Amino acid sequence: MSAVKALLVRDMRLAVRLGGGAPMGVLFFLIVVTLMPFALGPDLALLRRIGPAILWLGALLASLLALDRLFAADHEDGSLDLILTSRLPLELTVAVKALAHWLTTGLPLVIAAPVLALFLDLDPPAMAAVALTLLVGTPALTFIGTVGAALAVTLRRGGLILAVLVLPLTIPVLIFGVAAANAAVIGPMPFGPPFTILCALSLISFVIGPFAAAAALRHGLE
Amino acid sequence: MRLSATGLACVRSGREVFTGLGFALAAGEALLVLGRNGAGKSSLLRMIAGLVRIASGRLALEGGESELTLAEQAHYVGHQDAVKPALTVKENLEFWTQYLGGERGRSDPALDALALGNLAALPAAYLSAGQKRRLSLARLVAVKRPIWLLDEPTSALDAAAQERLSGLMRGHLAAGGIIVAATHGPVGLMGAKELRLDASGPLRPAESEGAAPGGAA
Repeated sequence: MSAVKALLVRDMRLAVRLGGGAPMGVLFFLIVVTLMPFALGPDLALLRRIGPAILWLGALLASLLALDRLFAADHEDGSLDLILTSRLPLELTVAVKALAHWLTTGLPLVIAAPVLALFLDLDPPAMAAVALTLLVGTPALTFIGTVGAALAVTLRRGGLILAVLVLPLTIPVLIFGVAAANAAVIGPMPFGPPFTILCALSLISFVIGPFAAAAALRHGLE
Repeated sequence: MRLSATGLACVRSGREVFTGLGFALAAGEALLVLGRNGAGKSSLLRMIAGLVRIASGRLALEGGESELTLAEQAHYVGHQDAVKPALTVKENLEFWTQYLGGERGRSDPALDALALGNLAALPAAYLSAGQKRRLSLARLVAVKRPIWLLDEPTSALDAAAQERLSGLMRGHLAAGGIIVAATHGPVGLMGAKELRLDASGPLRPAESEGAAPGGAA
């Protein structure tokens, strides 16, 4: 148990000290959301209607931003070799690293979302709905992303490969995340069904992601 | 405890690095892996640590803890030091101590054992290559594991640190540990077995008692 805690604390400490995770992700999110009104024009009714989709797209792209370093940094300095000789199962290590990554990059995006929603003229219930769907959905993005991060660990241009590999897999999360947020904002569909499917997608990714990523890491070692 | 290999072969990206390699080590014995660059010294150590697939042959540990794999009972010190520059010296070692299953509070004596005690609060980014290597070696002291796999452990170390490492290695052997070290120079172990990996590939596992190079002991 202390091994899990030590890994969580170490990864979060590194994320905070290196400054690559939370501030960069939130800034990127801010830029994506700010660019939209410039592209679409200052039509508040339109922005309000597509606001949840814009926020979800921004959060999706921002959450993948720093993900390529998740295992690559440990691979480069030899930490991954030691991680593999640990008594902690590799799957658990991957899950803990993913959790630390989400806490330092995903959670700040969720917290920033209501503020950015102001730019898109969303009203408070809509802000809450988007933030809630992001809170439930961004862990799925991170855990799906770990598989890509594990596959890209030995590649030089890992970031690009990661985006190409992972983005298609995130489509279901995007669909149900935006559907749930829209249901709450516009109706007439009920919020419940898409939201529960989003929860289910997150739970599935918690289970499959660490196993797939661990298998990819073991295989990629040779 | 007994670590043995029979008919071990290594293939890296289609090229045969070595074949038919064998050795046997009892508790308290050390093996020096010698050979030119590219002879497969690092591959052999990584193979024992479970980081390189065994192409053929057998690697067995008898008398260890039965529910743990060989790699889980071994310390691997490779060319890379696994030191995070953004963490302090103490934070680096404390993480590996806890993560690799050592006891809490073992990291301070380990830092002292490698003369890093006065650098504990320094970010590891400011360490020299030799100090980083010493921090990496501090893991050996902080977490007790019976098998040490050391890949050129003396590289970047000054004379005093090499002497300190020799002392640690002798202490480990005296306590019934096993050491497999790849090296080009003397490491100060008397009576270590030698395994020579040569250009022709497989080579005889020479058992030359007392013929260890150097002997700075």
